[in-house]
Amino acid sequence: MSHDALTLTNVHKRFGPAHIIRGVDLNIPEGERHAIIGPNGAGKSTLFNLISGRFDISDGEIRLHGEAINGLPPHLINRKKLSRSFQITNLFQRMTVFENLRCALLWAHGYGYSFWKMVESQKALNEEAEQLLEKIHLQDKRNTMASLLSYADQRALEIGTTIAGGANVILLDEPTAGMSHTETDYAVQLIREVTEDKTLIMVEHDMGVVFDIADRISVLVYGEIIATDVPEKIRGNARVQEAYLGTGEDAA
Amino acid sequence: MQQTAKSQPGAAVGFLRRYSLWIAAAVVVLVLPYIFTSGSSISMMSQMGVMVVFALSYNMLLGQGGMLSFGHAVYFGLGGFFTLHAINGVNNGAWSFPLELMPLVGGLGGLAFGIIFGWISTKRAGVTFALISLGIGELVAASAQMFTDFFGGEGGISTNRVTAANEASIFGFNYGPQIDIYYLVVVWAFLATILIYLLTKTPLGRMANAVRDNPERAQFVGYNPRMVRFAQFSLSGFFAGLAGGLFAIMFEILTAENLGAIQSGSVLLMTYIGGIGIFFGPIIGAILITWLQTSLSAFSEAWVLYFGLMFVFMVMYAPFGISGIIMQHYLPYKTGLLKRLLPAYGIAVIPTLILLVGAVSIVEMGYHISTSYLPSRPMDLFWVSVVATNAWSWIIAGAIFVAGVFACRWSYRKVGRAWDDVNETLVERGLA
Repeated sequence: MSHDALTLTNVHKRFGPAHIIRGVDLNIPEGERHAIIGPNGAGKSTLFNLISGRFDISDGEIRLHGEAINGLPPHLINRKKLSRSFQITNLFQRMTVFENLRCALLWAHGYGYSFWKMVESQKALNEEAEQLLEKIHLQDKRNTMASLLSYADQRALEIGTTIAGGANVILLDEPTAGMSHTETDYAVQLIREVTEDKTLIMVEHDMGVVFDIADRISVLVYGEIIATDVPEKIRGNARVQEAYLGTGEDAA
Repeated sequence: MQQTAKSQPGAAVGFLRRYSLWIAAAVVVLVLPYIFTSGSSISMMSQMGVMVVFALSYNMLLGQGGMLSFGHAVYFGLGGFFTLHAINGVNNGAWSFPLELMPLVGGLGGLAFGIIFGWISTKRAGVTFALISLGIGELVAASAQMFTDFFGGEGGISTNRVTAANEASIFGFNYGPQIDIYYLVVVWAFLATILIYLLTKTPLGRMANAVRDNPERAQFVGYNPRMVRFAQFSLSGFFAGLAGGLFAIMFEILTAENLGAIQSGSVLLMTYIGGIGIFFGPIIGAILITWLQTSLSAFSEAWVLYFGLMFVFMVMYAPFGISGIIMQHYLPYKTGLLKRLLPAYGIAVIPTLILLVGAVSIVEMGYHISTSYLPSRPMDLFWVSVVATNAWSWIIAGAIFVAGVFACRWSYRKVGRAWDDVNETLVERGLA
């Protein structure tokens, strides 16, 4: 029996009296590129935090390849091959680009907490880290401290760290936020490359990026998904236009 | 293209070059007792070796793992007590174990308690961790007063290493003379330093840095930050216990003080003053502070005060410690820009000395008045006989101090400008 990559069933999240996620149902099949859009404060990032285990859900169920993962801590969810990036760049700041990538590979390579092996002499590990470096086009920044990278490069490293462990379900939280046009085009290209044959779920504000990358789009408004469909249908959906895109018309 | 006639260096040359720093260090520590031959200096150098291991083990927590502990002497002290009991066991005929390997008993004791207390304290990081470590330190210090069989109460536990060494020794020494102990300490300290260094290159060591920088990200690459901290903490306990074992063999006596807050504070100061950001920082700190503790305390009763002032100044003006200051000069040195800094440094030396003379005079006269039986008796201050009860002494000392302050402000601005110049040049050359 095959399962969807990710299934959310009636997921709720309350912070005290605030009811942020109000019964989300979502099925994302293997290999789909799915975008979650919605106005500010709709709960998009919260939804990501629930899926990745950063926060626990208040009610409902989250399944990864058919297996319930709600209630698990983030590192256990990550070991089940779900990985995420962050809206605010979240790196190992005092380590070099290469070290960041290598650390992101350690668990997947089965090193665990070992203290009797030298990382320098692990051939397969270092080779993969070099490949990853090439994949995100940061070869010339190999030995630069993460905190000294430009914003766009930090975002690229963030994506590299996210895909490093070989996850097959990848969550990207606003990967192009704060980028210029050229940087955005470059980031989109990078995202396409590195998420090939993987399930991608992204929160994104840039509609160009969303309609460019996504196979399907879900619109989240006040903690509820009001529509999930292919991009063309979303564009034509009256409820979506009213609730979300309509605000854009006013502004224009 | 021109072929350069560069011969491939042989394997032996490559080895020497690669490990030159380690080899140089080994030669220096082996030769030192032939230069400083007095009993007191050999004893001080042995103590330095012990403290180097202790400080390095502390930096496994603070520098490498981002864990600020206020109770690290617990593992040092417990390791020491275990070692003393093990040596006494040999003397009682309870078992036989070579004296050379006794520090391992201390290490295992430190490891055992590192595992027990580490499991509790590494659950949280940051301030919570620091407070738990403080609590555990107090708990163990209080226990030391209660369990007098193990800790020996007021008098502590003492032993005789010579009888134990006569009973069982690998190399057949009796470890009576201080020089034997020096070489025992040196071998263990060297081994421990290599191991702690190698540890930074392992998956655990790398992830300890990662968890220090960003525990949340570590979790999202599959690691449980608590387990990383726990493993790092336990291993740090081993090396602290090893240092405690060496300390016990050296002094043949330990009291509850050796695992108390003062010892914990002392290792924090050593590590911090040496610098937590670079591997060799704590080594510098341990050597310097041990030397100051021994030599300053012979010179002045106020040495604890100077020690404290030095710490405060380091925290305020050189938060990366002495090793940080050294590394800061590495790039200017490599690029030949160091010579632009030296004139400013040369000018700054004199005001600094004036400031120090003024400050030390005030402190020493204050101490003299409050501690001497006869405050009006003249005292020696910088080779000058001074009467501390005379108002003029204070006025002159105060004037020197104030002059020093102004001269320092003036000359340090010059140093700042020299650095601005160097940094600008480095930026122009695309090096910074």
